[in-house]
Amino acid sequence: MPPFSRGFQGRRSEGPADRIPPGQHLVDDFPVLSAGPTPHTPLDEWTFAIEGGAEPVSWTWEEFQALPSEEVTKDIHCVTKWSKLDTVWRGVSLDTLLGAVESDAGYLLAFCDGGYTTNLPLEHVTDGKAWIAYDYDGEPLEPEHGGPARMLVPHLYFWKSAKWIRGFRLQDEDEPGFWESNGYHILGDPWLEQRYWGD
Amino acid sequence: MAEMKTSDLRLDGNAIGGLMHELFGVEMTSATTVCGTCGATEPLARLEVYVHAPGTVVRCATCKSVLMRIVRGPGRTWVELSGLRCLELPSVG
Amino acid sequence: MTGGVEETSRVRTLLLEASGWQGHRAGQHLDVRLTAPDGYQAERSYSIASAPGDPLAITVERLEDGEVSPYLVDVAREGDEFEVRGPIGGYFVWEDDGNPVLLVGGGSGVVPLMSMIRSSAGSTPIRLLYSSRTLDDVIYRQELDSRAGDKLEVFQTLTREQPPGWTGYTRRIDGDMLREVAWPAADKPHVFVCGSTRFVDAAADGLVALGYEPLSIRTERFGATGG
Repeated sequence: MPPFSRGFQGRRSEGPADRIPPGQHLVDDFPVLSAGPTPHTPLDEWTFAIEGGAEPVSWTWEEFQALPSEEVTKDIHCVTKWSKLDTVWRGVSLDTLLGAVESDAGYLLAFCDGGYTTNLPLEHVTDGKAWIAYDYDGEPLEPEHGGPARMLVPHLYFWKSAKWIRGFRLQDEDEPGFWESNGYHILGDPWLEQRYWGD
Repeated sequence: MAEMKTSDLRLDGNAIGGLMHELFGVEMTSATTVCGTCGATEPLARLEVYVHAPGTVVRCATCKSVLMRIVRGPGRTWVELSGLRCLELPSVG
Repeated sequence: MTGGVEETSRVRTLLLEASGWQGHRAGQHLDVRLTAPDGYQAERSYSIASAPGDPLAITVERLEDGEVSPYLVDVAREGDEFEVRGPIGGYFVWEDDGNPVLLVGGGSGVVPLMSMIRSSAGSTPIRLLYSSRTLDDVIYRQELDSRAGDKLEVFQTLTREQPPGWTGYTRRIDGDMLREVAWPAADKPHVFVCGSTRFVDAAADGLVALGYEPLSIRTERFGATGG
């Protein structure tokens, strides 16, 4: 056990136990994490696509904005141990998007500007569990937080809520994405503390 | 963690000197790297490094391809170097 | 920790005694790891400010919302212990070979450059271009004033506020300033640039525009600095 440093506590705070998963601490700012440069796709070039269904489907930004959307308030949990409560988002439910596609695939692999990918089982993004979000806290989502649009899957660790998402491919296999192929858990349920392989 | 200016998120290979020494056992910031995508040859210190993420990501300063990913888990570390064509380290001894 | 020196209201130099320490080269850094009683750990890198051979010292800037720096600047006192790993680095290091040296630092980016200045034999021509927000933010101010002379030229810019009678620069580093301060590229000086990513990129780009070979400019980017 290394010597502990007198008077050092770190900058963590406790939150309501039933809302903070194991190993997490509460923050009130919104930390920015990034694995690369922030992409800046102009909205008139942006599209969202679903591949791997009976027919490929895509929407332009205008078409996407015209889809039914909803405002949701959710707690979010990052695998780097911070949690933020009551975050407010507006976006299009994955149920709405998947309704436009015929498929019996069980999984998706999300792809994003900048090359990031993440995988999700469809049962974890349907029935009101996931959105493609384009507003945060009443304002258009800022590029550093994933704007113009990001995946939002708040019941899983936030690395699954892929920033700068441009679509996903429906697949029969759960194909590990950027972090899942390098040590992070294939699913990432914060309440089961599924951070790494083997957890 | 405070919200940072986006530019502050990008560092260079000097920032992972300690980590790399731990993994490789030698001073690595002056090790030569060759990008597997564009062939750019640079000392590790000149690569682009992102540490504010679930893991450390090292990118080619020329073409921005991912060269390395390093994730530290409890009791083990995952290292992925497939973006590098080659790494030249100083020999020990 | 064996002692502390307050450099500015936000910056403190910590004198350290590290068991097993083998010495260092000017420009290197060390990693500090703090452990809380419940086992929580936080780790950060800090440049070594002392010259090789002198008592080991690091200079730390307190970052707003920082996790380790507020502890090191405000809480740590003589006798306190924490883990360090190092020295680290082999690229951003300088050994005096007599060739002229250009040092460009922003905020706490001046720390590794100060180790270089302190290690100089005294006959090597060195120019330091140092950017700070206000005069009160200038680290090592008195020491730089007393070291400045024939062989060490110190150029300063204060970007936010200047005192009455200030004769230095008053803006962020740019091409014109670099042209006035830097050695001609043909002199092939050693060049070291250190500070925030934005500062380093701007300074390095500015030097390349003056004809400096990109590979001759050694850079070290810090995550954030108030300078």
